[in-house]
Amino acid sequence: MFMSPLGSRFTKAALLSFAIGATTSTTAFAETTVTAVMHAPLRALDPAISSAYILRNYAYMVYDTLLALDADGNIKPQMADWAVSDDGLTYTFTLRDGLMWHDGTPVTAEDCVASIARWDQVDKTGQVMASLMNDMSVVDDKTFTMTFSEPTAVVLTALSKPSGIAPFMMPKAVASTPVSEPITSSIGSGPFKFVADAYQPGVSATFEKFDGYIPRDEPSSGLAGAKEVLVDEVVWTTMPDPMTAASALMTGEIDFIEQLPHDLLPLVEGNPDFQLKIFAKQGSQNLARMNHTLPPFDNPEMRKAVMLALGQQPMLDAQVGAGSEYGNTCPAVLGCGSAYASDYLADEIVNPHPEAAKKILAEQGYDGTPILLMHATDLANLTPQGPVIAQQLRDAGFTVDMVSMDWASVVARRGSKATISDGGWNMFSTTNVLPDVDDPIGFIGVAAGGDTAWFGWPDVPEIEQARTDFASVADPDEAKAIALKIDKLVKDNGVMIPMGEFSSVTVASSAITLGVDAEAPVFWNLSKSE
Amino acid sequence: MGVFILKRLLSAVPVLFMVAVIVFLVLRLSPGDPAVMIAGPNATPDQLAALRDAMGLNEPLLTQLFVWLGQILSGDFGVSLVSGQPVTHLIMDRFGPTLSLSIVTLIIAVVVAIPLGVVAAWQQGKLLDRLVMAGSVLGFSVPVFIIGYTMILIFARILGWFPVQGYKPLSDGFGEFAIRLVLPAVSLSFPYIALIARIVRTNVIEVMNEDYIRTARAKGLTERGVLMGHALGNAAVPIITIIGVSIAMLIGGVVVTESVFNIPGLGRLVLEAVLARDYTVIQSVILLFSTIYVFINLVVDLLYSLFDPRIRY
Repeated sequence: MFMSPLGSRFTKAALLSFAIGATTSTTAFAETTVTAVMHAPLRALDPAISSAYILRNYAYMVYDTLLALDADGNIKPQMADWAVSDDGLTYTFTLRDGLMWHDGTPVTAEDCVASIARWDQVDKTGQVMASLMNDMSVVDDKTFTMTFSEPTAVVLTALSKPSGIAPFMMPKAVASTPVSEPITSSIGSGPFKFVADAYQPGVSATFEKFDGYIPRDEPSSGLAGAKEVLVDEVVWTTMPDPMTAASALMTGEIDFIEQLPHDLLPLVEGNPDFQLKIFAKQGSQNLARMNHTLPPFDNPEMRKAVMLALGQQPMLDAQVGAGSEYGNTCPAVLGCGSAYASDYLADEIVNPHPEAAKKILAEQGYDGTPILLMHATDLANLTPQGPVIAQQLRDAGFTVDMVSMDWASVVARRGSKATISDGGWNMFSTTNVLPDVDDPIGFIGVAAGGDTAWFGWPDVPEIEQARTDFASVADPDEAKAIALKIDKLVKDNGVMIPMGEFSSVTVASSAITLGVDAEAPVFWNLSKSE
Repeated sequence: MGVFILKRLLSAVPVLFMVAVIVFLVLRLSPGDPAVMIAGPNATPDQLAALRDAMGLNEPLLTQLFVWLGQILSGDFGVSLVSGQPVTHLIMDRFGPTLSLSIVTLIIAVVVAIPLGVVAAWQQGKLLDRLVMAGSVLGFSVPVFIIGYTMILIFARILGWFPVQGYKPLSDGFGEFAIRLVLPAVSLSFPYIALIARIVRTNVIEVMNEDYIRTARAKGLTERGVLMGHALGNAAVPIITIIGVSIAMLIGGVVVTESVFNIPGLGRLVLEAVLARDYTVIQSVILLFSTIYVFINLVVDLLYSLFDPRIRY
């Protein structure tokens, strides 16, 4: 009968968890435990299946990478060192001594080859690397090679990629899982072990020091160098209400808030019991995106009108507060901290020019058809974007239909190429962390291959050619020249509109000595005094 | 009585079936799907299709519905599409905190509201009555999160008597369990105190005008004896009804309190599942809520006959 399974299972479950307390929500606190509130809950464990930043952060705890970027952006050996053949076609990677999985078995070249083969199916930079690769072979337990048809710099860039979907190494048995099937294993070779028994998806995740991890000898720098674990345990807990998180920090119940909303910063600013830190490399870029396949933005002049209508400062004021030090205007498509920063069309991008936009609308005969702007309301950084963009467009003469929805609905609708009446869209906005936008291969927002491009589907063959050229050059100066060309083409064609950069602020108890400044919030080289 | 219970249980089957079908269809018709949420913005159409295939989302709707109904009938709620964890396990983890919070809240509400309502009825039109009714309006009108924040500020941050947030099960000790439930349960109890107190007052006043109350007074019974011995008992049926409704409202309505006090309960689970379009979790939790509603209504009906001997099934 229908009631029976419900009754039997849940009555027992309820009684068990209530009366006996047989839940996994308890965590036996070790000697030194750091309790951190992260920006999002951890609900899945496969870092190759999603570009969600919380998964990347989880992966840096549990897994390791072959190569890593130091604080200056230089590529350094992490799990492996490398050598390039004289003709530039063959890369040989040699694993360092002492690498071990959390189950005690050694890390082998086979594991790494399987991990790369899984990762390069899902990551854009990995896909470019794979498309240029002729062969990837295991030489012995510690050595493998990758052979290419022509010299390319993309290999090292891809394997040291710090964010988005970064190439984390997994045991071969796990890495052999098809990418369509999320892995549930958490056996890595990183400095922390995941405590599976204490894991409550969406609630808490516990990591304990992995005693078998041997740090590199070099000093820690960015994501490279020694990863010294100085605490016994790190507990990530989810707090849906940032006000509660701030209160819990102030009463000492937690030690660390990865991102405290800017409007709550006055609660802790100036208090010696707390420290505020901006991990500069974890800053974010706002961007506005138009649908190139539907009127009016199938017309390049109308896209230009939008670019002129929008200004960055009002957006930043709404996000981080007027006059805040945590926001900065930036005209560069690839970010102002990038090696490829450009100030082309700086005034047009940074400042609003409603009169110039109005002029274009008049010239193009804009008939007042509403622009459907999707507005996400459930993510703190995105909530202010819609109203600011809508008002700026209205100031310039556009009619705007701002449709508010949750982020999941934005994600679903932006995939639609239908007309507006059939569920399509004209415009949306979002943010990306700067490490995800600082090169033209990894940044999907500059791809312009029409149907294969990111949502909005811009079709600019010159940009795609330039991205291909960028992937195949090895000379840094030549790469920079190509990147600057891409920046110009992106702006000229209205592929995306940079809307300013802002920094998230990490707040921690003064008892914590914060670790390294890296592209992800990492917990190695972080200590806690009693 | 046995036949009545059996009939009620049987009548719950089509109700729950309809709930299951409606929830299933509403979710499938809403925008977004879990594959898109999991795969992220970089996913290619091929990857999304493969992920949807692995999740069974490419199957015809009817097939998906029957697979799910079949799983439920065999006591298996399936696996979360986002975390890959068994839904039964997720619900078990979250049921304890919600049940604890609901029970403690209800105890506080009943213990405070019934005397308040009786006293207000007894002092009808006087200062005490007006104070109780004003408090009741306030309890109804002030959002629970405002009460929660205020209590955190005063009792956790300024006085330091209670922790700001969190939940510990009973297995960690009664003290650990109880101290974390005080602030959330008290905060959450305000609207229920207001609701129950008003109902108690209204019904006691109504009963107090009955002939048998006048008779009781004429026999020389004290006012307290009249109130407790005759009025309250005879006003019990609507009071039980409202307490029953309150339990049902509590189970499904604790999400704000769970968020403010960081309690990992069912309310938060279903909210997170909705935002991530985790179909299997949403469907199962809503079905569970519906089952609880049906069960509470049955218990309330049975209690009627306990308090009013005239009611027989």
